[in-house]
Amino acid sequence: MNELAFFINNVVIAGSVSGSIYAIGAIGVTLIFSIMRFAHFAHADMMTFGAFMVLLLTTLFPAAGASIGVPTAVLMLPLAMLLTAALAVGIDKTFYKPLRAHGVKPIVLVIGSLGVTLILQGLIRLFSGTGGQSLYVDDRKEIFRLALPFEGARAPIVITEPQIYLFVITLLAVVALHLFLNRSRLGKAMRAMSDNPELAQASGINTNTIVAVTWMIAGALAAIAGTLLSLDVTFKPDLSFFLLLPIFAAAIVGGVGHPYGAIAGGFVVGFAETLAVFNWNVLLRPFSDSLPAWLELPSNLAFVGTEYKIVVPFFILVAILVWRPTGLFKGKVI
Amino acid sequence: MSSTTRPLIDARDVHGGYGGMNILNGVNMTLEADEVGVIVGPNGAGKSTMLKAVFGLLRVNQGEILLNGQPIQNLPPNQLVQRGMGFVPQEKNVFPSLSVQENLEMGAFLKPQNVKRMLAQVYEFFPPLYEKRRQPAGELSGGQRQMVAMGRALMAEPSLLLLDEPTAGLSPLYMNEIFDRVKQINAAGVGILMVEQNAKQALAIADKGFVLAAGQNRFNDTGAALLADPDVAKSFLGG
Repeated sequence: MNELAFFINNVVIAGSVSGSIYAIGAIGVTLIFSIMRFAHFAHADMMTFGAFMVLLLTTLFPAAGASIGVPTAVLMLPLAMLLTAALAVGIDKTFYKPLRAHGVKPIVLVIGSLGVTLILQGLIRLFSGTGGQSLYVDDRKEIFRLALPFEGARAPIVITEPQIYLFVITLLAVVALHLFLNRSRLGKAMRAMSDNPELAQASGINTNTIVAVTWMIAGALAAIAGTLLSLDVTFKPDLSFFLLLPIFAAAIVGGVGHPYGAIAGGFVVGFAETLAVFNWNVLLRPFSDSLPAWLELPSNLAFVGTEYKIVVPFFILVAILVWRPTGLFKGKVI
Repeated sequence: MSSTTRPLIDARDVHGGYGGMNILNGVNMTLEADEVGVIVGPNGAGKSTMLKAVFGLLRVNQGEILLNGQPIQNLPPNQLVQRGMGFVPQEKNVFPSLSVQENLEMGAFLKPQNVKRMLAQVYEFFPPLYEKRRQPAGELSGGQRQMVAMGRALMAEPSLLLLDEPTAGLSPLYMNEIFDRVKQINAAGVGILMVEQNAKQALAIADKGFVLAAGQNRFNDTGAALLADPDVAKSFLGG
């Protein structure tokens, strides 16, 4: 039964953690694509920016959360979401809007976003330093150990406080986004513009407003993803940047321009990663008696080593582009 | 001059086109508030281009377009919607992934307080849409899509409705249905300016017809007079 706990810890929980973060990141990427038709490479650094804002605010008011019993970083998250939304709108006004006004091809915007990513990363590094810093400044990271309700189960399921926040906040964000897109006038207008921008304009929808709202949502979601990731591990200026590939893989796997696809894609990529690096020897060992004698289980039976985890989303990305270029849900072909 | 004597739309010597090249070379067009105007002419005459120029989708380089006496040339489409214009493009005229009802709601985007009342009116006008209101518009047949497109434009309660080839690609049955609906919309007090390939049928319901060729007016008259004119018939209506 210890093997089961090991499996739950290393696959179910770890997969859900990466899956949630990829999903929230990919929703932002996919929304930006569906409204502005370009791949926004600076998205990961908007995530880092959000986490950095939380770090700053938490350092300024380290004890603020204790009074209501939540980690200060979680308390500061809404404020960081606002700041990152403002940053996203500001970046659009400064860099992307002038390019759009010239009627450039999408690839120019993509390259522009690479420039923005370098600027953001440099600026964050300048102020935060290059080392890792915990977002738990004044409070302690709780770790919960849940014993399995079986006899002989000694190894517990381990889940940390930030992971629980991650699951809850992801769920809230997804439900809120669903309601916004399907119930609100602005959300429907956003879907309309994604469907047919000319007709949206001919219906009297102010497309500039929709663009701004898209950036606000993408920025707020980026702040959530970056903060929850940094809470789970530590804040580093390049932490989110390395998630760019899995996030884009998630968006493409789900079908670009399709927010629900992005959620599904996020979890597909997250679980594929954890399943690929999982040591299956652990699960097979209990059955080693019943295996033929000539078959000796190697001690490490993972598909790829942990250090090569990054190839998994890359492989999924290639496979999807070859066999199902529109993604799991029908998205727009890039 | 009192507002009642001003024409609904008054286009004077309109020159315009895409990227410096003019397609329209001086088009004149006047339509009163309760009239149906039909633009006909050979391919490449600038019929749809003229409609797009009226709706601000294309640059007017010279001349002016007045809506109820106010100059509107080169205003962005969303402002024209605010001033009472509705536009139904020929192609891509629905939001395919939105439900029929959501498509209609988008038409009243600028007047959210009217959505309920106008939805009831549009459904009364196009009963098939009510049955399909939860279905994505992209799954509908061509004729039903045209209804969604016209319904969407009507949701804003326009005083002028611009239709770009509303019967293109439709079966004769739907074609008659659409012409009937156009007459009814007009009877409810909405001015109509439409481009049509089915020139004879369209001119039959037109108060005014504009025959364009090479971006200029060739004939302007009542619909009936144009139909009766042997020159028009010979050159533009296929004998």
